[in-house]
Amino acid sequence: MNAPAVLEIDDLRLAFRVRGTERQAIHGVSFRIGKEESFGLVGESGCGKSTVALTAMRYLPGNARITGGSVRVTGRDLLKMSESELRRYRTSTVSMVYQNPGTALNPSIRVGDQVAEVFRIAGLPRAEAEDRARAMLQKVRISDPGYVMRRYPHQLSGGMQQRVVIAMALAPNPELLILDEPTTALDATVEAEVLDLIAALRTEFGTSLLYISHNLGVVARMCERVGVLYAGRLVEVGETEAVFSDPRHPYTVGLLRCVPRWGSRKDEGVLDTIPGLPPPIGAQTAGCVYADRCALAVDHCRQEPPPLFEVGGGHSSRCFRHEEASRLPRPAAQPGAAAGVAANGHALIQLQAVSKTFQQDGHRVQGLVDVDLQIAPGEALGLVGESGSGKSTLAKVLLGLLEPDSGGHLEYEGRSLAGQVGGRDEEEVRAIQIVFQNPGASLNRRHSIRQIIGRAVTKLLGLHGREREQRLFELTGSVRLDRSVLDSRPEQLSGGLKQRVAIARAFAGDPRIVVCDEPTSALDVSVQAAILNLLVDLQRSKGVTYLFISHDLGVVRYLSDRIAVLYLGRLLEIGTAEAVFKGPHHPYTEALLSAAPVLHGGAKTRIRLEGEVPSAADPPSGCVFHTRCPRYLGDICRDQEPPLNQPEPGHLIRCHIPVDELRRLQLVDEP
Amino acid sequence: MNVAAVPVERVAEQRTTVRRERIRLLLRSPTFIAGAVIVGTWVVCAIGGTHLTPYDPFATDPLNRLRPPSARHLFGTDQLGRDVLSRVVAGARGILIVAPLATLLGTVAGTALGLVTGYFRGVVDEVLMRLVDAFRALPVVIVGMLGLVALGPSTVTVILVIGIVFTPIVARPVRAAVLTQRGQEYVQAARLRRERAPYILFVELLPNVLAPVLVEFTVRLGYAIFATATLSFLGFGIQPPAPDWGLTIFEHYGFISGGYWWPVLFPALAIASLVVGVNLVSDGTSQALER
Repeated sequence: MNAPAVLEIDDLRLAFRVRGTERQAIHGVSFRIGKEESFGLVGESGCGKSTVALTAMRYLPGNARITGGSVRVTGRDLLKMSESELRRYRTSTVSMVYQNPGTALNPSIRVGDQVAEVFRIAGLPRAEAEDRARAMLQKVRISDPGYVMRRYPHQLSGGMQQRVVIAMALAPNPELLILDEPTTALDATVEAEVLDLIAALRTEFGTSLLYISHNLGVVARMCERVGVLYAGRLVEVGETEAVFSDPRHPYTVGLLRCVPRWGSRKDEGVLDTIPGLPPPIGAQTAGCVYADRCALAVDHCRQEPPPLFEVGGGHSSRCFRHEEASRLPRPAAQPGAAAGVAANGHALIQLQAVSKTFQQDGHRVQGLVDVDLQIAPGEALGLVGESGSGKSTLAKVLLGLLEPDSGGHLEYEGRSLAGQVGGRDEEEVRAIQIVFQNPGASLNRRHSIRQIIGRAVTKLLGLHGREREQRLFELTGSVRLDRSVLDSRPEQLSGGLKQRVAIARAFAGDPRIVVCDEPTSALDVSVQAAILNLLVDLQRSKGVTYLFISHDLGVVRYLSDRIAVLYLGRLLEIGTAEAVFKGPHHPYTEALLSAAPVLHGGAKTRIRLEGEVPSAADPPSGCVFHTRCPRYLGDICRDQEPPLNQPEPGHLIRCHIPVDELRRLQLVDEP
Repeated sequence: MNVAAVPVERVAEQRTTVRRERIRLLLRSPTFIAGAVIVGTWVVCAIGGTHLTPYDPFATDPLNRLRPPSARHLFGTDQLGRDVLSRVVAGARGILIVAPLATLLGTVAGTALGLVTGYFRGVVDEVLMRLVDAFRALPVVIVGMLGLVALGPSTVTVILVIGIVFTPIVARPVRAAVLTQRGQEYVQAARLRRERAPYILFVELLPNVLAPVLVEFTVRLGYAIFATATLSFLGFGIQPPAPDWGLTIFEHYGFISGGYWWPVLFPALAIASLVVGVNLVSDGTSQALER
């Protein structure tokens, strides 16, 4: 045997005691992470990813009990350590970075003191600890550590906070760094930067990584080996390359197929989904846990739990039919939606010079600046941009929840539209509806589903009694919900089912345009695919128009006919999805595209955005993007508003760089 | 396609268990049990009234005035020779009608006020909340006395006065809860159907702020008992010859220096035990609700 693994988990079994009964959550998980190796753990929510991570820290909640197996770190048995050994272990050998940096830092202690504390615990005197803290912050590419050290955590952006957390985690030079969804709460551009940073620091410090994520693209980029967790069992493990290109477990195959392929579009066919739901924690099954959702399952699978089959090159799969896994049948092919109606001059919705200014502590904060936008009937317009770019503000203005500044003009079907929902007539209110991001917050948890959808039917269509009931059945049917959900409450439904209810409510009054504000970002990938399919299906059958907001470019690409790119409340680029993706792009779009973690289709050009989105209270002069632009020309960008260029009809780019020049630059960088 | 059938069935069973879990937590909480036993005892006394008392609480006995506790009169007799035990038991009824009704009034009015100010914000909120702050700065008893002087002492006035004094106190936490709820997307969804404000307030928001309202009710109930007894003690509450605890203490505290402690101690203990009991119930409930 070679050098001991940094982390070696062998046949780990763990149960949670819930209401007096023990529920088995982890059923014999084994894997090892070698020195300087990066191991990814993927799976849907509730599969036990975080539990495994916490076990490696021995930070388990009080009702958890390890019922079997062993956890060895650098050859020492973690489960047999005493409290004082454990404390030493946590300060020197292992560190953890959590999902939300805002809650990982103490809000009332200055950043510098928090980072220095790590060194003070190691026994360094104050002055030296501070110097080391400064050096550490420099290592995580914070350009002005002295300034950052005097700040409190809430004064830093999310990306900056996560760097500080990473600096603290790496400060004791640990053998093992556990990252639990470290970039999930961050914007794609910031995520890309943080991932670059982690990759660079890993080689610099020689640290092993246990990387937990639900995002397959991120894991593909960060990890050499990957384990796929399902219902507390490792169903497949191997080299990342091998697992993702030649998956041998039907669950892995299903997960990979759920993600919209880079550049795939709705008219090319529906997304694959995984039917059913994972079993609840503590469920007992005789055979393979995945058999109920598996299209390949045979009787044998239901009778006997499959062992881990070695399929070559350290790649193994817990499936009897691993030979045929990649031939997992796809659901019956359905025709995708036809491409949206091309703009033919007639706009359903028109925004002219719409601005929205907020008053904040005496400052004027520009949420939207001079936005001109037309949405044609039947099309899906994707809206992309980092957080704070004004996507949701635009949606709220359209919905009448926020009143635009005077001077702007909203039109619906050629008629002027009141800025406040209260000033709109019945037809206009019915016509414009929304599906919110988080169905947990958009459905009143004290109301039954019947009340939630039924109230919208009554209010928007004026239906009562039998007619209302009839309409309810139509709606639940069109979002593929069983009628029995009507009598349940939101808390009894899974996230995907709740989002279907929210969609049914939005469609209650036969809307003309539905705003979808990140409708799938709170959901697992397999559920996301089903919701996207539903939205496409509804668009085809009802001819509805979408304004689709998302930070996931793959999803936007799949669903949208046209795409608009916002930055600091300004429209920087708009065009058909095809044109925006193919280029020439605005430099900002280019940066967004290259920041997206890509699962299928190889590496893209890697240009990175430096720094952070400037404050909307004090936007940069000239082109607002010039402070971060990777293709910054010079004074002209700083001093003058850029013109609107038109590479082809309907495709607009707001940039000083001439279109041909942009095209040439971006072709050169393409690998 | 029947995608939903399975999950719905499964979670439906979870719903009842969540509720049962709450009740089970409550029944396993020693705090709640102890409080419930104390309060329950007094509720029995209030309902039973004179059927439970060894003597008629109003029957005077001039020959046996201020007798110390004995086998015949366990708590002794008062200045008119009435049995203290009987008066303490019978006295529960008055306070257990006045205090809960006053609390209910304060909670209902305070919840409405909190909903309105929290939802509308702006000028309405500013003005009402400054009034609330000013009102809260005045001592409860002073406000109560002024009100009772103006309206004349009676049971109804006591209920009204305590209820009004509690209104702004209850409004505060309800408003805070509404502030966190009003930004939620379900409220925006309601606005997008052009729901009227009363619907949003009472149908959408109210059910979601009921937990703090319930906790506030139980906390206020303890204070209401205390306030009722205080006002009676000061002579502004329940009027003689009712066997009210506060009133009894008022009638006899002058005798303490003469060594006649029993007509004061036992009603005082009754007040204390009821307040403690209500507070224990309140703690137990809020713990169970917070889980």
